[in-house]
Amino acid sequence: MSRVKVALCGPPNSGKTALFNALTGGRQKVANYPGVTVERKEGVLTTPGGKNVNLLDLPGAYSLNPKTLDEKITHDVLFGSLGGETPPDLVIIVADATNLERNLSFVLEVKALNIPAILALNMMDLATHRGMRLDLKLLEKELEIPVIPTVAIKKEGTHELFLAIEHFIDTRSTQVLPKPANSKLSYVRDRFQEVDRILSKVIVTKARPTLWTDKIDKFILHPLWGSLTLFLVLGLMFQAIFNWAALPQDWIKAGVQFVKDIITHNIAAGPLCNLVVDGVLTGVGAVIVFLPQILLLFLFILFLEDSGYMSRAAFLMDRTMEKVGLHGRAFIPLLSSFACAIPGIMATRTIEHRRDRLTTILIAPLMTCSARLPIYSLLIAAFIPNTVIFGPIKLQGLVMFGLYLAGIFAALLVAYILRGVVFRGDCLPLLIELPTYKWPSLKNLGIGLLERAKIFIRRAGTIILALSIVLWFLASYPKPPVGATEPAIHYSYAGKVGYAIEPVLKPIGFNWKIGVALIPGFAAREVMVSALATVYAVEAKGEEVETKLGDILAKDWTLPTALSLLVWYIFACQCLATLAVARRETNSWLWPVFMLTYMTVLAYAGSFLTYHTTLKMGL
Amino acid sequence: MCKKPKTLGELNKGETGIIVKVKENYKISNRLLEMGFLEGTRVEVIHEAPITKDPIAIRVRGAIIALRRSEAQLIEIENE
Repeated sequence: MSRVKVALCGPPNSGKTALFNALTGGRQKVANYPGVTVERKEGVLTTPGGKNVNLLDLPGAYSLNPKTLDEKITHDVLFGSLGGETPPDLVIIVADATNLERNLSFVLEVKALNIPAILALNMMDLATHRGMRLDLKLLEKELEIPVIPTVAIKKEGTHELFLAIEHFIDTRSTQVLPKPANSKLSYVRDRFQEVDRILSKVIVTKARPTLWTDKIDKFILHPLWGSLTLFLVLGLMFQAIFNWAALPQDWIKAGVQFVKDIITHNIAAGPLCNLVVDGVLTGVGAVIVFLPQILLLFLFILFLEDSGYMSRAAFLMDRTMEKVGLHGRAFIPLLSSFACAIPGIMATRTIEHRRDRLTTILIAPLMTCSARLPIYSLLIAAFIPNTVIFGPIKLQGLVMFGLYLAGIFAALLVAYILRGVVFRGDCLPLLIELPTYKWPSLKNLGIGLLERAKIFIRRAGTIILALSIVLWFLASYPKPPVGATEPAIHYSYAGKVGYAIEPVLKPIGFNWKIGVALIPGFAAREVMVSALATVYAVEAKGEEVETKLGDILAKDWTLPTALSLLVWYIFACQCLATLAVARRETNSWLWPVFMLTYMTVLAYAGSFLTYHTTLKMGL
Repeated sequence: MCKKPKTLGELNKGETGIIVKVKENYKISNRLLEMGFLEGTRVEVIHEAPITKDPIAIRVRGAIIALRRSEAQLIEIENE
């Protein structure tokens, strides 16, 4: 007998995901629906009575008249019109018991589909706490489906839900489907009239309005304090990704190095040892080194989402973002991209509309990420004199600030152009709910974090690992001839490519050595520093590398060359991981290729202008 | 005297009204209705975004919904 398929659906903020976690215990498979970027979450569970059930968590929807991609998936699955997805045997509709006035409309809509259904009245504790009393028996009679009160975050009501599922399975063959839908109810106005009629009958005592959400909002949405709070929250988040992640990242690097050393000492030197150490382990290291940043960012994002603050942040930032055609929700992903574009791109999942989301993904890598810092500080220290401009402001700091500003400005400009040319159309309406504040459940935060980590490692990790090995191969083979005088990379394929692209790089002031270093630097920006050290054959350890390398570069390059390379680094998409994540998040090669192309064009044009302008100025 | 009907988009923070009509707009009217902006419903502007006073947050049918003033203009209201 095939497993029974149960779908969980409900409006946003009804606690659907918490109920899904409570029912499945967090055991779930996360994938994408075919051809789209919407997440498909499925859990496998066995009821106390030994029935096997597949539980599918459908995206949140306000109605079955889809406005977003998420809602379309919910609509299509319920109507059985999504390719490769069998329609569910049973639907559990989740509704927020404190918000029945609105949630019940969706319940009526789904119930009218003639699929066997159960209503889970979630957050029943909050409703009771607020003094609401309702006649559940009468509600069941009015709706003609079982109604089960639940408190998902405390696992209350899950046993009754299991029993109801078992009852459905046992009586399946003899069950009479609910009566064909009252066609009148397909009109939203009629549906709400019906909601009001039912509620006037079943509600014994109305819930008192929550006062503390209003009280918190008085502060959080206050013109001055609200903006200040947002500023503080973002500052803390940025601080966390930028600084707190550094320590665990160092541990990971040290751990990878430790494993590398063990292998180097225990495997005979040769191609195998090199492949494992320089190819595989370096690749694995490049993947997991991003984990602390991703986990920290998502800890913040999940907390802000679950507590109800995220929609408030979108509310506060909407006007500012709208000016360049972005959604209020694009703010947090873009800000996180200052630390690293990878978690930033993954965070765009909170943006519902595909067009808004794609724009945000495409401009995220223009934000100055932390991987650009090593090369920025190397070049600035080597080429920019630290003259005092005014008071404590010095030229080096000013240049660094200018590089950040240039990235932001370019991102906003590209967003503006994209919205005008590629993703045309009016700015989409805001229209979001500001849910009541809730204290997020630790367990659900943990499950959410684990899910993100798995997605990153499995989906982006495989591509990053594979490409790192390819790059290692290019930089290591063929081996230098016996008696070679130059560093090994000169004789490798990467070196040959470096020479070959020199004519292309000459107009922007790059010599062939920069060209050679750009090849491994394409894997990740900060690798450029060590690659340059290899090319210039710098013999030094640790922080000495930068100082020594800086001295050599200052002698070998002209100022226009250095400035040109700085500008190149503002724009160029020198990050395989970003492209891999963009590929996964957009579910197509088109957008990462587009990203790489437009950023390379920008970088080349920017460097060309910089080089020739500064040459003309006689610098 | 024919007076232009007042819309939700013109209300200031703290002001209330009863919805008289949700104007037809292929993109958004249906969603407005689904979010609970129905004829006869009481609405109250409870927050405004800083500086621009746009978007606004509305209390409607027991929930708080944020929307831009341009969209709120589709909702005609009368004084309580």
